[in-house]
Amino acid sequence: MSGNYLIEFSYLLASILFIFGLKGLSHPKTARRGMNMAALGMLVAIVGTLLHHDIISYKWIIIGMIIGSAIGAAMSIWMPMTAMPQRTALSHAFGALAASLVGISEYYQHVVAEHGTVSAFKMTALGFEVLFGSLTVTGSLLAFVKLQELMRGTPVTYKGQNIINVSLFIIAAAIFIYLIYDPTQSTLFYAMVVLSFLFGILLVLPIGSADMPVVMSLMNSYAGLASAATGFAIGNNVLIIAGTLDGFSGFILSILMCKAMNRSVTNVLFGAFGSVSTDTGPGVEGVMREVGADDVAVQLAYARQVVFVPGYGMATAQAQHAVRELAEVLEHKGVNVKYAIHPVAGRMPGHMNVLLAEANVPYSALYELEQINPEMQATDVAVVIGANDVVNPDARDNPKSPIAGMPIIEVDRAHNVVVLKRGKGKGFSGLENPLFFKSNTGMLYGDAKSSLTKLAQAVQQA
Amino acid sequence: MSVESLIPSICVLALAEGSSMSASALMSSLYVFALAAFLGYQVISRVPPLLHTPLMSATNAISAISVVGSILTAGGKYSDVSRVLGFIAVISAMINVVGGFMITDRMLKMFKDKIGGGSGGKEEQR
Repeated sequence: MSGNYLIEFSYLLASILFIFGLKGLSHPKTARRGMNMAALGMLVAIVGTLLHHDIISYKWIIIGMIIGSAIGAAMSIWMPMTAMPQRTALSHAFGALAASLVGISEYYQHVVAEHGTVSAFKMTALGFEVLFGSLTVTGSLLAFVKLQELMRGTPVTYKGQNIINVSLFIIAAAIFIYLIYDPTQSTLFYAMVVLSFLFGILLVLPIGSADMPVVMSLMNSYAGLASAATGFAIGNNVLIIAGTLDGFSGFILSILMCKAMNRSVTNVLFGAFGSVSTDTGPGVEGVMREVGADDVAVQLAYARQVVFVPGYGMATAQAQHAVRELAEVLEHKGVNVKYAIHPVAGRMPGHMNVLLAEANVPYSALYELEQINPEMQATDVAVVIGANDVVNPDARDNPKSPIAGMPIIEVDRAHNVVVLKRGKGKGFSGLENPLFFKSNTGMLYGDAKSSLTKLAQAVQQA
Repeated sequence: MSVESLIPSICVLALAEGSSMSASALMSSLYVFALAAFLGYQVISRVPPLLHTPLMSATNAISAISVVGSILTAGGKYSDVSRVLGFIAVISAMINVVGGFMITDRMLKMFKDKIGGGSGGKEEQR
């Protein structure tokens, strides 16, 4: 390490700016300014690093930076907002890949190329870096594949799955511990890398689409921890600070997501939710009442308060703009319009908020679970748009239900409920939803976007 | 901003200054880690659910600071294999640096308090 104070100072400055940047995210008004500060911090750190006298050639650095910047810019400009979960999954994979490759490269340099060894401390850091990094690369890529619907979102399970996963993890951990005592066994090191790549796939394979918010948060956390471990390995504090901030952010989000489903992280990872058909108590009886757009329009037009409850179905139908248009027409008629956002609605934390913001819905109209539930009884019509489990009253009423105890948006307490649904099938979790059978619930089948557009036209005429 | 929330940041930053690869380096690294974790908890638990998606892409962009390590590997006195790995690492990290900050800003630009209000709103409509 050099005594180059200028570089160290640039890292210090970057750390301060990162922290202020994240602090800005505590309110939408200060968020953009905060992120500009964080971006400035990143620039300072990169410029500082480029001055490092260990660098003997800039050729590949510059080429790499140009290629990476071009890909990154292209992705952020042309990626539609509905594809945000996929993009985030990919970016976790890229971040983890960078950390993992730096780790492998460091190990190769010191142990294989120079026939030397590394200290136990450095080996520990490298091990964590490569373990977390590699499993996040493949895990996130698989999450991407599932989110992009290149493969079915249902959990993939087989006999002895948990035993295989756990033993794989134990083997990788045992190799890791052995390497700390004898870092020169390069074959074992590569075996550990391969095992963690494999483990990443096996970990995400049994997780269904509805649990994606938890997986996304976990991968966010692991990618950050891999960066922090890189900081330990190369003795760089700004990496430790930034990586740890990322790691803890992901960790906090995972816990929030799990709380919103009343499940533990272990249960999400090893429970293979939705694949097993459990005894859910007495089945639901009754008929679903189908309604037409015109009837619903009249209900909406004469309501005092309407609450929209969006779910993943709104994202797949790209219906956020249509929701906004309907809301505008209703507000014109003097109807009070609110939006109820469940924490796990969609495929990643905050997914619905971003989509509605894209459609120009002011964030003052977005309500969280705890805020909107007390208002449900005073709501004339609750409109559920492509959401299912987050409004399933079984979670509250049926202790035998697999989602028992999960906090829900209590739309069934509203005077009338309209459910916009693509077809008569069950949701992702495969659970029956008693809400659909209630006498004050009307089912409006069809593509959410065209249904909403039809409703907006009908309300205007009503 | 409250005073007590600044204390851990000051500690983290004070510790971040001394970084030599000695025996005490391990301890100081651990101190930095522990305090950054504490600070991260304090700062991030104040982010409202409204901004959780931007938070995720923001922290992802920030942790792409690992580009610093990638740069030193790609351009340092390393073997060819290590430098090729470093080169790929520079590409992936830069995707997150540029893409992460740009898309976070694109998202944050969309969050508005009230409709109309005269400002913006046009650029994200398609």
